[in-house]
Amino acid sequence: MSVTHRKQLLSGNEAIARGAYEAGVLFASAYPGTPSTEILENLISYDGIYCEWSPNEKVALEVGVGACYAGARTLVAMKHVGVNVAADPLFTLSYTGIRGGMVLVTADDPELHSSQNEQDNRNYAKFAKVPMLDPADSQEAKDYVALALDISEQFDTPVLLRSTTRVSHSQSSVSLSEPDRTTHAGKVSIVKDPPKLVMLPANARKRHVVVEERMKRLREFADTFRENVMEINDTDIGIITAGISYQYAKEIFPNASYLKLGMVYPLPEKLIREFSGKVKRLLVIEELDPFIEEQVRAMGLETSGKENVPILGELNPDIVASSLSGYVFKESVPMEKPELPPRPPNMCPGCPHRGIFYALSKSKVFVAGDIGCYTLAFLPPLQAIDTCLCMGASIGHAVGIDKVMGKEGQGKVAAVIGDSTFFHSGITPLIDAAYNKSSATICILDNRTTAMTGAQQNPGTGKTLMGEDTHRVDIPALAKSIGINRVRKVDPYDIQKTREIVTEELDVDEISVIISESPCVLLKGARRKEWEVLSVDHDKCTGCKACIMLGCPAIGWDPEGINGKGKKGRSVIDEMLCIGCTMCQQLCKFDAIVKVP
Amino acid sequence: MKDKITNILMAGVGGQGIIMASNMLSEALLAAGRDVKKSEVHGMAQRGGSVTSHVRFGRKVFSPLIRKGEVDILYSLELLETLRYTDYLKKETVIILNDYRLNPPSVSLGAKTYPEGIPELVRANFPRTTLIDGVGIAREVGNPKTVSTVILGHLSLYIDMPENTWADIMSDRLPSKILDVNLKAFHAGREIKQVA
Repeated sequence: MSVTHRKQLLSGNEAIARGAYEAGVLFASAYPGTPSTEILENLISYDGIYCEWSPNEKVALEVGVGACYAGARTLVAMKHVGVNVAADPLFTLSYTGIRGGMVLVTADDPELHSSQNEQDNRNYAKFAKVPMLDPADSQEAKDYVALALDISEQFDTPVLLRSTTRVSHSQSSVSLSEPDRTTHAGKVSIVKDPPKLVMLPANARKRHVVVEERMKRLREFADTFRENVMEINDTDIGIITAGISYQYAKEIFPNASYLKLGMVYPLPEKLIREFSGKVKRLLVIEELDPFIEEQVRAMGLETSGKENVPILGELNPDIVASSLSGYVFKESVPMEKPELPPRPPNMCPGCPHRGIFYALSKSKVFVAGDIGCYTLAFLPPLQAIDTCLCMGASIGHAVGIDKVMGKEGQGKVAAVIGDSTFFHSGITPLIDAAYNKSSATICILDNRTTAMTGAQQNPGTGKTLMGEDTHRVDIPALAKSIGINRVRKVDPYDIQKTREIVTEELDVDEISVIISESPCVLLKGARRKEWEVLSVDHDKCTGCKACIMLGCPAIGWDPEGINGKGKKGRSVIDEMLCIGCTMCQQLCKFDAIVKVP
Repeated sequence: MKDKITNILMAGVGGQGIIMASNMLSEALLAAGRDVKKSEVHGMAQRGGSVTSHVRFGRKVFSPLIRKGEVDILYSLELLETLRYTDYLKKETVIILNDYRLNPPSVSLGAKTYPEGIPELVRANFPRTTLIDGVGIAREVGNPKTVSTVILGHLSLYIDMPENTWADIMSDRLPSKILDVNLKAFHAGREIKQVA
């Protein structure tokens, strides 16, 4: 029996990790991605759970499936777009079912706080025919992991646990329970079961029958599931809602009646009909797609929904307030404000990526971009990224552009991809580039970490998530083995040399790989010994702005300051931010950038 | 009747210590027996971008996000950032304002101008504003990086909770190397006179 013994303030992601620990999960895999990353980062602090960063989400799910086929309770975590990568194994896993409980966490990102789209992954539950739970706070995030694993084992199905940024990254209080680490540990074994696990057509046809029968039983189960809860208050309005939307709705309409769904697929049809019968008017409040609303309408029930609740972006209490007409808004203080300059995120002072992007922007080539910190190089003044579609896409873009442009495209197309993104899904398109004889220039920005999500280990770092030493992928050897003859390394802090090499490789009429090799400056030991904080000698500065063009946050422009030529405007370096990487110093033709005296 | 919920909005720039300060605040509130929710966004929001944290507490909190016009206390580590969230404020909002300017890239590049006279503008609209030289005080106590704790110390005057609850949480959560200087910074913030 579990005993409640204390409350802790946990984020949704910390709570999911705790839930996995308490529920006896033995195996967890993931690829880092906001807003899901902290789940595994927290899970490694508990004993007895094997945790790994896999190279991508498809691999993460496949290794997780292996563990669950061997009987272990398993958690696999990823961001919403990661499920696209993992969709291939997911859809057929629905057919084979599981042995140990399997929960797949999909962390959606309404509002695109840190993503390339805001797809609603509840649609995957319906598409793959697997149940989905949708927690509304950290307590539920923890509890639903255990519920998901129970449902998984009861119905022989993987279960999707859907979080959103607001649930994953909000903190609320959670009652901790004693972990149950023994019940499930004894079940690990190898069991052969080809009719269930070998999905060739004859077997898979039979399994599809099983899937449809399972869906029927799950629909019945949904009607009795204890986390699908009716709260009958004022019956003028009945709100059907789930996840974080429930919290906003309760905030705005505390007296309304609610059907709060812990399971958003399949829906509890009987319960919805019963609820509908108790209230005068139905309203579905949900973020993104009309996922619940369309199914409620398909039941022949009248409801309102997306005609009032936006389909775009995240909800919040103010937006929910406007979902019922006639609601009076509070007036905020009217205030005349000056124009506010925006403050977007930026590549860090001293970031090694700045060197290669400076060279590419000077070459004026088309740069197919990818996903990572370096996507920020699209901002002025560098403006050196021309595409960003999905993980690993840059190399393929460059090949395609290069092929249709023919001779005219020669020397005009490059791709940039980070080390972690390259291991994620850049290797197969690089094979394509070599195999199909592209002449694009591929820049691999090897900063030895997965920087954007907060410095996670990857197959190039020589360390695992559990902190063990391991093999490092040798990128030049890999490139050579797939047939690329021109592989060159550059030190991105050497501006002149980097520009020369970029120019040379753009000029050659064959595929070439440039590896920009220098660790992320946020990593321990990344700052070079010879680096000292720099400042501007204002007697020498002419106000030419060459250093400004690097877009380094440590370098500012003082429009009022008088420069060495007696004109207005000069560069300044913020000594608190500068790490002394010297890139600006190399660009200054007037020796005006000097060590702090 | 709905139980009174207190709403605290914390604003600043990625890297200034907002997340650490909001962690201390919400941990202390939980320790004092309040229901607490706190919300912020990670990932792309760091790297020198604008950052906010919403902290709400009371007997029972639903939404982790604050409604417009309902902030009771605004904790701001940077002048310009204060102006981004005025829709969330009401006339009586207590504003604790770190007197510190950090230029966004567009200003550094000379493409945009940084508004002048922000403290005066804020005070004219919100009379319960306290302007604090957080960086100066943090330097005096021995570490300029404790600015967020100085401002948190002053914020603590507006929350009905003994100073030792705060000290306990800091002792529990901060590495011993930086504990003493943070306790000093917190205390220095508490020494600053409250507005009416």
